[in-house]
Amino acid sequence: MPDTVINVQNLTRQFRRTTALDDVSLEVPAGIVMGLVGGNGAGKTTLIKHLLGLLKAKTGSVHVFGLDPVRDPVGVLGRIGYLSEDRDLPQWMRVDELLNFTQAYFPNWDPAYATELRETFDLDPKQRVKSLSRGQTARLGLLTALAHRPPLLVLDEPSSGLDAVVRRDILAAIIRTVADEGRTVLFSSHLLDEVDRVADRVAMLHNGRLVLSDNLQTVLDGHSRLTLRFAEPCETRPSLPGALSCDGSGHEWTVICNGQIDELRAAATSQGAEVVEQAKPSLDEVFVARVHQGRSPLDLNTEVNP
Amino acid sequence: MQIHISPNDGVPIYQQIVNQVKYLTASGRLTAGEQLPPVRKLAEQVLVNPNTVARAYRELESAGVLTTRRGAGVFVAEGVSPLSRREQTRILQERLDQLLAEARQMDVDVETLVKLLRQRNTKMGNGE
Repeated sequence: MPDTVINVQNLTRQFRRTTALDDVSLEVPAGIVMGLVGGNGAGKTTLIKHLLGLLKAKTGSVHVFGLDPVRDPVGVLGRIGYLSEDRDLPQWMRVDELLNFTQAYFPNWDPAYATELRETFDLDPKQRVKSLSRGQTARLGLLTALAHRPPLLVLDEPSSGLDAVVRRDILAAIIRTVADEGRTVLFSSHLLDEVDRVADRVAMLHNGRLVLSDNLQTVLDGHSRLTLRFAEPCETRPSLPGALSCDGSGHEWTVICNGQIDELRAAATSQGAEVVEQAKPSLDEVFVARVHQGRSPLDLNTEVNP
Repeated sequence: MQIHISPNDGVPIYQQIVNQVKYLTASGRLTAGEQLPPVRKLAEQVLVNPNTVARAYRELESAGVLTTRRGAGVFVAEGVSPLSRREQTRILQERLDQLLAEARQMDVDVETLVKLLRQRNTKMGNGE
């Protein structure tokens, strides 16, 4: 399957008693930006580590470019540009040394492009990695991920802890990568407005389970947010068919649903409520609604969104 | 051409691009025959997915605001009234609803509001 870059089937992973990934199946076609979203501990990094062959699939299968990343690390890693969450670069090297060192691993390394990126990112070749600011370290990591023009770019929480200027550089790199024909990007993030900006498809992980995987536009077009006004104040959360989440108090409650609007409206009317507003929710709202699904109302009230 | 995306205002990104291009053509900041940046360039400029820009361009084309000349690029359509009557009403209604809501909160009645509107209109007319 040359058009499927990433193919994960029924992947389950346990760390002692914790289930990090629970029967996850995910296919990423070539030429798209896939946004992997989920709270802390949702399993994003564990999934990415399987793609890179850093973890071996015990249950289920993982293929990248049709290859097993554990059995064929050279064939897989040579085609991936990877920026890890903690950007673990060798601290004692100078910037130019690190570039020479990294170049040796990648036959397709483009020295002219590397120099261009280094100048754009304003990185001093003689500076030690350990003395770089957090933003410059992220830029250097991004440079090493991009300079061999990988067919697949994998970024794990690339924006976390960075200022707006560096985040812009990262978003621009994602867009440039995908605009080059046939190249693919997978990036994980908890900043849903960034995912909304650049992703073609979105996969949501929660407690190791894939709760949603679809075209971003389909997700956004498919969900609705209804604001209901009840004639009598509701002391408890109203139960409505098709509602992914229902939040509010007293007279007004906000419901997020996926399709099923007619049923929901009918149910609301029969419970003495009027639909006062219908709008499209943001990706953020969809995420919170999906992630809260299946939890008891008590959890909803006491816990802040992850 | 300057397009600004606001992430959390509830309007889908492609729709924000559509609205802003329509506004730019209506206000004369984009003139008939003017070329728009290619999809890829605008995507990099405003930092959104190229397919989102492509979708916005397609919508603008079917609305008659833009035309694609094969091999040459995307241009502002000639001689087309940039905003349809319905579109104008829709945009104005949104603004009016906000204005009315605020006025109500301040206990300002509609007559006073209309008077204020007239005053402002006269003032703007004199200013030019």
